[in-house]
Amino acid sequence: MNSVNTEVTLGKLHLRNPVILASGTAGYGEEISEFVDLSEIGAIITKSVSLEPRAGNPPVRITETASGMLNAIGLANIGLERFVKEKIPLLEKLNATIICNIAASSFEEYAVCVKELDSVKSISAFEINVSCPNVKDGGLLFGNDVNAVRRITAMLRPLTEKPLIVKLSPNTTTIADFAAAVKEEGGDAVSAINTLVGTAFDIYSRKPKIKNITGGLSGPAIKPIALAKVLEISRAVDIPVIGLGGISDWRDAVEFMIAGASAVQVGTANFINPKVSMEILEGVKTFCAKQGIENISELTASYEL
Amino acid sequence: MGKFLGDAAVVSKKFVAESIFTLRVKIPQTRFTIEPGEFFEIKTSEEGNVFLRRPFSVSDVFDNEVEFMIDIVGRGTEILSEKKIGDKINILGPLGKGFDYRGDFDTAFIVSGGVGYAPFPLLFKKLRREGKKVVGIAGFATAEKIPRNLAEEFAVATDDGSRGFKGNAVEFARKKLAELRGEKNKIKGFACGPVPMLKAVRQFFQTEKIKAEISIESVMACGVGLCQGCAVERADKKGYWLVCKNGPVFDSSEVVL
Repeated sequence: MNSVNTEVTLGKLHLRNPVILASGTAGYGEEISEFVDLSEIGAIITKSVSLEPRAGNPPVRITETASGMLNAIGLANIGLERFVKEKIPLLEKLNATIICNIAASSFEEYAVCVKELDSVKSISAFEINVSCPNVKDGGLLFGNDVNAVRRITAMLRPLTEKPLIVKLSPNTTTIADFAAAVKEEGGDAVSAINTLVGTAFDIYSRKPKIKNITGGLSGPAIKPIALAKVLEISRAVDIPVIGLGGISDWRDAVEFMIAGASAVQVGTANFINPKVSMEILEGVKTFCAKQGIENISELTASYEL
Repeated sequence: MGKFLGDAAVVSKKFVAESIFTLRVKIPQTRFTIEPGEFFEIKTSEEGNVFLRRPFSVSDVFDNEVEFMIDIVGRGTEILSEKKIGDKINILGPLGKGFDYRGDFDTAFIVSGGVGYAPFPLLFKKLRREGKKVVGIAGFATAEKIPRNLAEEFAVATDDGSRGFKGNAVEFARKKLAELRGEKNKIKGFACGPVPMLKAVRQFFQTEKIKAEISIESVMACGVGLCQGCAVERADKKGYWLVCKNGPVFDSSEVVL
């Protein structure tokens, strides 16, 4: 079999391969590095960091659903200062390509975070979380308001030379409008999709199964929706898309790339098999080699409609 | 030593009480250490409605065979109860932080509720090796729920009085402790069971000024600290511990239940 060129380019961002660990499913790299060689995976998107530490939501935070799970972790994180001091050096030592996910509850907080983190050389790109559905103080509003997404992108763009990726919410009518706004304001790429808002009840206690009442649905259950959103963006807007939503094996990854993704993120599947991202990468490479595809990037938006 | 992630073959499955069975699997890897209280994450099936792994405490270890004691409470445990010898199941572990059985005490006072008995057979082994005396209390709803292989160090209580002491494990523990106190022992407490029982046990040990470790059950996704789903409140008001990583065994003074 011929060797396959796995490099992908998303605007200013160059990755050794398109398989990325999704934010909030790989921590800050420490735990998953026992299973995954972070120097071989495309990139790790770190757990959302906010300016101040956040304890997260009270339990119960997660529940299983058909082919998926609901979570309302509430952006539990150690805060920007400790992230830079403790976690970045570890990721550097592991030779990881670091994409830093930022969550905030105000426009100003996003700006302060990007300014502070811009000087960290080893951060390759920022992913802006405008769409966490589980935090009550505003996170949801940003992701559902195209003007807010536009304003955040426009505000952050001059603050950093690093690639800016905006992670889009599917809990909206026309996701392509959001991608277009990111594109117009100079964003480099969009990640699609974040989780879908859902809930589940215990029929005996009649109480929600998670304390937050609603949570974000992820896993294979949302894959067809995610694929449709990626395709929608791909057809309407000329911006690189990082596809995610229920990717569990290499076939899913290939499917997302065909539907328009330049790279993919593996999320919930890490919870079931922490090695799965490596297996997905190998699988995609083998698929390309067998199909006579020289560059993985040829898969992107190769759909025949 | 690192964690094992892969298929393990079922070498035995035995029902030991009503709806409770032991499942023993052989790990194709030698030379690993498992401490009592540690757990494995088991993928029960590839079915979509049992999507996540399920966490189970290690009940006992025999060379490279690991035994679990499991109560059928839902679809995942039901699927495991139907496994046959030779079936392969995908397991990840050992995970978490187990019991500290070494420290400065001579008598281990163990309180278990229901299938919360699961981690204790391995703990006994280790305690005995350390030369510690073991006094055990095991509470069950009814006699039908008592595992046939219950260690003889354990005195039984049943809620309905169908065997042993009539009442719950904590009531029985109070009585037993009063007897022990005459003997001037240095006691350490160990407990595992459903959360309401652990709440009462925690209170009991606190009142009696006995240092104790409790193993906590939680809904869990990854089991390795990635998802942060298994939060339990910290007693020091500094947020949450993760049951999978900081536990599942905690000093009873560290957590709020």
